[in-house]
Amino acid sequence: MPTVTMTVNGMERSGTVEGRTLLVEFLRENLGLTGTHVGCDTSQCGACVVHVNGTSVKSCTCLAVQADGADVTTIEGLANGAELHPMQEAFREHHGLQCGFCTPGMVMSAVDLANRNPDPSEHEVREWLEGNLCRCTGYHNIVKAVRAGAQAMGGGS
Amino acid sequence: MSGNGTGIGASVKRKEDTRFLTGRGRYTDDINLPGQLYGHILRSPVAHADIGGIDTSAAMAAPGVHAVFTGKDMEGVGGIPTGWLIHSKDGSPMVEPAHPALALGKVRYVGDCVAIVVAETREQAKEAANLVDVDYRDLPAVASIEAAEANGAAQVFDEAPGNVCYDWEVGDRAATDAAFENAAHVVSIDVVNNRLVPNAIEPRAAIANFDPATSEYTLYTTSQNPHLVRLLLGAFVLGLPEHKLRIVAPDVGGGFGSKIPHYAEEAILTWTAGRLGRPVKWTCERIDAFKSDTHGRDHISTAKLALDADGKFLGLHVTTKANLGAYLSTFATCVPTYLYGILFAGPYTTPAVYCEVKSFFTNTVPVDALRGAGRPEATYLLERLVDKAAHELGMDRVEIRRKNFVREFPYQTPVALQYDQGDYDATLDLALDASDWAGFEARRAESAARGKLRGIGISTFIEACGIAPSAVVGSLGARAGLYESGSVRVHPTGSVSVFTGTHSHGQGHETTFAQIVSDMLGVDFDAVDVVHGDSAKIPFGMGTYGSRSLAVGGTAIYLAVEKVIEKGRKIAAHLLEASVEDIEFENGSFTVAGTDRSTSLGEVALTAYVPHNYPEGLEPGLEETAFYDPLNFTFPAGTHVAEVEVDPETGEVELVAVTGADDVGRVINPMIVAGQLHGGLAHGIGQALMEECVYQDDGQLATGSYLDYTMPRAADLPNFSINHNTTLCTHNPLGVKGVGEVGSIGIPPAVINAVIDALRPLGVNDMAMPATSQRVWQAIRQAQG
Repeated sequence: MPTVTMTVNGMERSGTVEGRTLLVEFLRENLGLTGTHVGCDTSQCGACVVHVNGTSVKSCTCLAVQADGADVTTIEGLANGAELHPMQEAFREHHGLQCGFCTPGMVMSAVDLANRNPDPSEHEVREWLEGNLCRCTGYHNIVKAVRAGAQAMGGGS
Repeated sequence: MSGNGTGIGASVKRKEDTRFLTGRGRYTDDINLPGQLYGHILRSPVAHADIGGIDTSAAMAAPGVHAVFTGKDMEGVGGIPTGWLIHSKDGSPMVEPAHPALALGKVRYVGDCVAIVVAETREQAKEAANLVDVDYRDLPAVASIEAAEANGAAQVFDEAPGNVCYDWEVGDRAATDAAFENAAHVVSIDVVNNRLVPNAIEPRAAIANFDPATSEYTLYTTSQNPHLVRLLLGAFVLGLPEHKLRIVAPDVGGGFGSKIPHYAEEAILTWTAGRLGRPVKWTCERIDAFKSDTHGRDHISTAKLALDADGKFLGLHVTTKANLGAYLSTFATCVPTYLYGILFAGPYTTPAVYCEVKSFFTNTVPVDALRGAGRPEATYLLERLVDKAAHELGMDRVEIRRKNFVREFPYQTPVALQYDQGDYDATLDLALDASDWAGFEARRAESAARGKLRGIGISTFIEACGIAPSAVVGSLGARAGLYESGSVRVHPTGSVSVFTGTHSHGQGHETTFAQIVSDMLGVDFDAVDVVHGDSAKIPFGMGTYGSRSLAVGGTAIYLAVEKVIEKGRKIAAHLLEASVEDIEFENGSFTVAGTDRSTSLGEVALTAYVPHNYPEGLEPGLEETAFYDPLNFTFPAGTHVAEVEVDPETGEVELVAVTGADDVGRVINPMIVAGQLHGGLAHGIGQALMEECVYQDDGQLATGSYLDYTMPRAADLPNFSINHNTTLCTHNPLGVKGVGEVGSIGIPPAVINAVIDALRPLGVNDMAMPATSQRVWQAIRQAQG
């Protein structure tokens, strides 16, 4: 079985995986990083979004071996100690989460959007979140949070 | 009530958010127990078949496999029970067939549990399940209400002729018939309430463990009501005493009704863990969730409304057929009856109402509560019919509603409910104003100039939440009480733990309940924590559904706090050397009335636990529990307005504006309440425009993944205009009513009424849900001949 090594939230992590092991499985089961969630099996829901080399990726659609050598950031790696990342803080401030299950993927996806577009319009946010399902919020407050979070990030994370 | 920055009425940021935002939530699938094995549930790929035999030998021989159990292994274990006994018109009890956790002799829907394969790893269990050889001997299937009631239809259960579970009624049929005889107008409608898949984003999961040292079972499960699971699983299925069965529903990623039922998998896992002496974990994949999470809605109805010459409603007659699926899920039977038929007065003074409901077994996933549960189905029918009546009588849609509003309270409806309070004119006026109803024609003209068809739709509605009282629901067939518990523990140095029998899976109870307790006790908000979800920690309670948590569970907490204050007054009186009657409590201080002599709650709490100087005969400690059994339902009400723009070339419906004007009673946390309204609206809009669960005639689920079943996404929805007019519930001390289901109840008819309004100039007078572009396009083409 292959061994993979990647930088996860700033630390080098290695593990033995099967060829078919998904990145999300490696993160959750090998590394115990259970903040990244699995909500579906067709790459539709986006609960599993993480950053691979700075870009948002659905970690259910990426093999662990594909991320060998990569720099991976999960929701656990976003905050600076006890200080929430501006996007996390914006979700809290604007009640952009309810049950919290889609939230890690939403936040990671939103950070990628903000890195590309520091002041996204409501329309741009709604279009960007095409790959993230939420059943609780009706998206209203998520959209508010993403826009506020992007502005608070001031053009980059 | 201080109304301060964290008190009742303040938009306090949520306590639970930090853990969810940093990836530290603890959902069931995040939990791993030492030595755990993985279970894979093998499900039926066919809708209806006799099981000729099951050969598990190849699976047993597969790598890592510890066990394969089938229905025969579990024979003798109790079936999965249902929670509500319905009686038919003739007084006979409903047909209540056995529901073995693992299919025994027969499978009855695609997704029915056939076997559990237990292995060292998830992958091993899943692969070995492919090696289980089941001899399915196909039987004809009935996958819809129409198929189930057809002559010569296949029988889902031999003991249910015609596939009928019950044929129920409510209301006075003779009085309703008489109303129609005297009517100036009769307006009829046929509607289908489309079947939905709840789709909480967290799939169901469970881990069961048996500890031989204590003979205790622990089940971690994705449930909205852990104590209810413990009661059903322990007492009815496995025969385990409550003190040896602990149910933990940790963080749960949405429920919407689909995590109310006690599921077969919970019984299978717990039983298997006992047999193997190892923890067993199971996580549902989404593809299996589609075919095993309970579905919602699925009604076919015909109704007629009798009106006098002025448009006053005289009588309403509703005939509904409901699909219950293949087995009776926990609350399946009450959803199309006592959560449906009794809603048909709506906000109107209709003096005679009669509703009959025939419910059918089919070879489909069991149907149970889904956000609103019965009330969206009733509201959709009624508000479509009222709009149709306005059109046929040539009346204004708003005026026909206003003409029939209930205005005197309490109001006894002809279908059992007694509304305690409301102001339907106020929410109607608010919605008309907020939606700029008066300015619509100008917007319609502007759309027309761009070649688009614009429409506006309205619904005025009531709902019944916090189902109660226990004695009444018991007399109607409920097999449980519907009270709630709350415990308040003031610790020796003044911080507070609150224990609730309700369960939060997105609703923010940890915040809202802490606001109530903090406000009442004058304790810092951060010094109050709310504990829920673990039957070993919390008093017996009924969980969260039917918008009951605040009205019923919040009231229990309120009453427990009152008891704490009452005991505190006795301690304070002793410390202050005054009589108890003279002690007043405000903002965390006990004061002798008319003096400046006071002592704090913290001092009283410390005294309670270090009772050196203490009232004679008073128990030490400062912890109180209250069980609250409501006196009545609560009746949130409101008006919803939807505005759409239809592209006549493509049939695409764009939802351009959504306005809610709601009376949900006293609002504890406006931010959370708005979020609940948003979510309900999205759910209702999903039903109206996108979502539809489709079965093929052979019982195969055609919409079995997110690739086939349309979920509302961010770009499908507009921002929502949320507005409140508050009347207080008269029979609970906080005056609260409930908010979680409002959107899914009120908005679907408003959306469809708007689509019809847009298409009416083309001659389209009807539209089914979901109003997809295909369906709208077809309606336009058909109207154009």
